[in-house]
Amino acid sequence: MGNKPPFGPSALDLDLSRRDVLKIMGYSSVAAFLAACSSGTTSGGSLTSTGGTVTVGSNASDPLPKKGMEMVNAAFTKANGGTVVKLNTVDHGTFQDQINSYLQGTPEDVFTWFSGHRMRFFADKGLASSIDDLWDKVKGNFSEAFATSVKGNDGHVYGIPVDYYPWAVFYRKSVFADHGYKIPTNWADFKALCVQMQKDGLTPLAMGDKDGWPAQGTFDILNLRLNGYDFHVELLTGKQKFTDPRVANVFSKWAEITPYYNDGLAGMTWQQASQLVVQKKAGMYLLGLFVSQQFKAASDADLADLDFFAFPDLGTQYDAEKALDAPIDVMMMTKKSPTLSKDRGQANAYLQFWSKGSAQLIASTAAPGVIPVANDTDTSGYDALTKKAVEIIKNAKRITQFFDRDSRPDFAGSNGMQSFLLSYLQNPKGDITSLQGKMQQFWNSLPPEA
Amino acid sequence: MAETTKTGTAPVTGKKAGTGALVSRRRRRYSVLTRHDKLILTLMVGIPLAFDVALIWGPTLASVVLSFTNWDGIGSVTAKNFVGVKNYENLFGGYLFFRPALYHNIIWLAFLTVVATPIGIFLAVLLDREIHGTRIYQSIFFMPVVLPLVVVGFIWELQYAPTDGFINNALGIAKGHHLIDWLGNPSINLLSAVVAASWRHVGYVMVLYLAGLKSVDPTLREAAKVDGATERQTFFRVVLPVMAPINVIIVVITTIESLRAFDIAYIINRGKNGLELLSTLITNNSLSEASLVGFGSAIAVILLLISLVPIVSFLVSVNRNPT
Repeated sequence: MGNKPPFGPSALDLDLSRRDVLKIMGYSSVAAFLAACSSGTTSGGSLTSTGGTVTVGSNASDPLPKKGMEMVNAAFTKANGGTVVKLNTVDHGTFQDQINSYLQGTPEDVFTWFSGHRMRFFADKGLASSIDDLWDKVKGNFSEAFATSVKGNDGHVYGIPVDYYPWAVFYRKSVFADHGYKIPTNWADFKALCVQMQKDGLTPLAMGDKDGWPAQGTFDILNLRLNGYDFHVELLTGKQKFTDPRVANVFSKWAEITPYYNDGLAGMTWQQASQLVVQKKAGMYLLGLFVSQQFKAASDADLADLDFFAFPDLGTQYDAEKALDAPIDVMMMTKKSPTLSKDRGQANAYLQFWSKGSAQLIASTAAPGVIPVANDTDTSGYDALTKKAVEIIKNAKRITQFFDRDSRPDFAGSNGMQSFLLSYLQNPKGDITSLQGKMQQFWNSLPPEA
Repeated sequence: MAETTKTGTAPVTGKKAGTGALVSRRRRRYSVLTRHDKLILTLMVGIPLAFDVALIWGPTLASVVLSFTNWDGIGSVTAKNFVGVKNYENLFGGYLFFRPALYHNIIWLAFLTVVATPIGIFLAVLLDREIHGTRIYQSIFFMPVVLPLVVVGFIWELQYAPTDGFINNALGIAKGHHLIDWLGNPSINLLSAVVAASWRHVGYVMVLYLAGLKSVDPTLREAAKVDGATERQTFFRVVLPVMAPINVIIVVITTIESLRAFDIAYIINRGKNGLELLSTLITNNSLSEASLVGFGSAIAVILLLISLVPIVSFLVSVNRNPT
């Protein structure tokens, strides 16, 4: 396609490549072409090379994660004979929205991404490079669960896991101590605690669903506890129907705790809702470990006061699975990077560097809320919260990524499941059957994922 | 002159060529344009035309073509991507967000027409009277038009946020259980968004109208005054009719602004939960991770067809009275 003129003829041929249409439509890819003059040295037959350059596209745009990324890059440069890391940081949401055009345009050599459906999708589309040879060298540093999480549908490996974090119920130790609350382990205790908190003038449960995805975390955990891991995964991949009575159970169970949410949840971001917990106005918050960034930003004392517990049992056979969302972030290699053929050695070295516990620890120390995944990570410096997070994931017999990482993006997105859950939260006692019907109808209307 | 000699030698090839040369010579005699002029003309018409085709007709046609495919935005469009009118069937048959979006665009248009535009015109009329500090007021009202959209979105976010926003705190309802969820309540967040959009629109209309008012011949007003017309009569019977061309432009701008309404809704929550607009549907379907480019294009084609109505009627009215 490269030799075809961008306009006219190719449009008439109806044989448009993505590149042509990009030009036609006149919107530009965020990818900055970073011409790099490499002077790298590759020792004969070696996978990695030192010196030279590697380009990195990063979605770590929040201040703390961005700093962590820069620190890892500096350490890599030092360790790899002065390899220059050219970092292109793009706003987290924008990076996600433009990932399709980014990966087809002129992406960097290496990019930050997520495991799960979202990784396998781009592997299937031939927009990511497999890194089997590199994986053979570093796989000893990862447990079986992580090894599985970076495999594509074709069995090849497409990423290096760099961190993960659990979703759980967060609270302030001091609030629980002051009121003499006990950690609820079952549904009845959990609801009783909500009632008590309300009596004590607290908002029992914080929720900020303006961005649409935070409520998906609650759907995930309720579905996992009520209907089990297998059903959940099948539901999210279309093998089960949203009209199933088991899904209705999720929503009716959920409706038992929706009265305990704060007002204005659909107009608040997760950050604004977490301020309710920071300011001791709300008692509990089901979110990812990344909520700790908000506490760290408040003060170190606030961070030290933060704790969490696993979502309570619902009295089903699936309680024993102890399943939870624990999304894994990965580093991947692009396919279409114009510099990759030249930088492949450096890119391998860069991914290899990220596979070490020492590098992952630099990032997670700079930006708390994520946990290193490498086996050789020095865990002696972990704070109590991180240790507990490792523990809760270890206890889980089944781990899911998150609704929008396990399902197809067009279904999980803004005009999809996010909208459905927002309208559910608007009226939890409303007509659930019709809502389920809409979900399934929407799923059915989507084209098959080729 | 080289050409004249060339045509002059033409008769060698036959009799007919001679008459041909005569005709061409006669034609050249009537042409007032030199070759240089023709070159300039070709360039001046050709370059804008090329841009027009490349940047407007190309993408438009591409959207129309893509609307008949199920292309996911990756790789080439091949024959098996073509799905006929399936996208349109889906859009009109069962797509849950299309009807609300269309409805929201209409509310948007109604609000801008009935509320924002008249306020802008009213401000322009006031400021036209050379009141004290008119320039300062003009700058203040025009400010929102100049501000980047990200800033506009951020400013209104600060006003509307449920617990830490200005409005709820000023009303003293940020803490209680009766706070107003300006951005999250699907029955009022469209109004919140259109108020924010009006904030810009008012300034825009004001400046356009003020420029028009300045160009109204002051003797018209004086004549009306001499004839004993009141202020109100002068405006509605004399000034407004004279301003007809500006009024048409204002109407067209208001219509187009509401059809392409996008930014504020997208900044608030990417156009969901009561803020669905045709434009956000297009973006969420074709420019996001969802990558339903074909389906998004079908919505874009519908929006194009709707937009053609005001544009065509505007052009017709302009061409009918070429004043």
